[in-house]
Amino acid sequence: MSDLAAAQSPALSISSSRGHSRWVRICHWMAAASFLALALSGFFILMVHPRLYWGHVGNDLTPALMTLPISNNHRPDELQNRMVFTELPGARVTAERNFHIFNQNGWARSLHFLAAWIIVGTGAGYFLLGVFSGHVKRNLLPRGRELAPRSLLQDLRNHFPLRVRPAGVGPPYGRLQKLAYSSVMFAVLPLMVATGLTMSPAVTAAYPILLDVFGGYQTARTLHFFGFTMLVLFLIVHVAMVIATGFSRQLRGMTWGNER
Amino acid sequence: MKQPNRMLRRAFIKGMASSAGVMLAGCSQTDPPTYGHVLRMGDLLTYKAHRLLLPAQALAREYDYADISSVPAIGTTNPSGHKEHGATYERLLANRFTDWRLPVEGSVTRPRAFSLDELKRLPSRTQITRHTCEEGWSAIAQWTGVPLRSVLESAGIRSTARFVQFYAYDGWVDGIDMLDALHPQTILAYGMNGRELPISHGAPLRARVETQLGYKSTKFLRRIVVTDNFDDHGARGFIQNGWSWYAGI
Repeated sequence: MSDLAAAQSPALSISSSRGHSRWVRICHWMAAASFLALALSGFFILMVHPRLYWGHVGNDLTPALMTLPISNNHRPDELQNRMVFTELPGARVTAERNFHIFNQNGWARSLHFLAAWIIVGTGAGYFLLGVFSGHVKRNLLPRGRELAPRSLLQDLRNHFPLRVRPAGVGPPYGRLQKLAYSSVMFAVLPLMVATGLTMSPAVTAAYPILLDVFGGYQTARTLHFFGFTMLVLFLIVHVAMVIATGFSRQLRGMTWGNER
Repeated sequence: MKQPNRMLRRAFIKGMASSAGVMLAGCSQTDPPTYGHVLRMGDLLTYKAHRLLLPAQALAREYDYADISSVPAIGTTNPSGHKEHGATYERLLANRFTDWRLPVEGSVTRPRAFSLDELKRLPSRTQITRHTCEEGWSAIAQWTGVPLRSVLESAGIRSTARFVQFYAYDGWVDGIDMLDALHPQTILAYGMNGRELPISHGAPLRARVETQLGYKSTKFLRRIVVTDNFDDHGARGFIQNGWSWYAGI
């Protein structure tokens, strides 16, 4: 067994497992609850206008990058009194929408922002505690040699076909595990916050650079959706791994810690 | 290793708790009411955070003429059918709005009513901006109108005034705070893309509040009231219908 493989051995993980710190457990469940609220409300918000675009503009009268089959709100044939209303070439038009659409944004958007405040507050606290306690450096960021393709491939092979044996509760984490956690926390979640802010008329008035960074309001909205799909994929794999490595033991470990 | 973590955490929780206390103590007639509803508390937090953290009166992006796009008209596309004001609107429309008047009253020293011609004689502003609908779509159009600030100043804003309320011919009632009301891009628009404002987009006059979502840009304006206190407009207003009053998001 090579050194790399030895460092990855599940048996070794168990014996050296330190469990989750209490602040990690609190942050984890606060983030988990906020994420579920964000995902649910975000899905409802998307149902109101299930089309995605690129750039600054996108609506029922312009072509979409994609139309998601999650609601019946996009019914261009039912728009009425279509008329050209500029002198510009390319016939910009207006048309009236006189039918009712599904719209639960009243509670959905308010819940989305309430949960966003909580997850951002949790994330800020987590980041500060994580940096100062050394948790981020010690347990989360993959070390240079762990990112070598050979090393990652080895770890990937260890996951198939279900060769995962009961792993330790808490750090040390595996190579792919570190990569997954750090990219969610330091890449995807910050991207979600930044693209979310780019959809705010008040924030982009104050910081128009956000519109330039992402290439427009609709691009930010589309990237926000891509980020959402990545987070859902992460959640599926995360829960699958929790189940594969001992569901109730992992759940206890993340809730009560290793002390008992 | 454990001890500093615990202290940091306590400081964090204490900080959260005390800022929540400040927020609750800050609630008064000059803030949107929450009625003890947790979602409305979140809306209030967002509103307060924007007012505290964002530079006041920053300008929303203005686009080029070639960026103008197609724009759907949603919500009320003609208020003629409204049971309370529909008949009046139909009569005004038949006269091409020559009899239409916009009363500006409330907390002003010289309450008065403006005709469309009077508004058009005031210095105008034309801006090509993005309409961001709360539903998730967006569109760019050119709006021409009179800055709300000029209208309010010609009626004389009292020093106690804090909010501006919009009443519309389709029964819509809403309001914005004085910061947004005095924003240079907050205009009362009578023109769209170089033409008269179409009926479906709010003729003869609509608000444009460029720092908030589209639903704050009230169409078919009927009356403007300046108030010292927050007005939730009761059962007809946004808050009691489960929507956020502030939509700068």
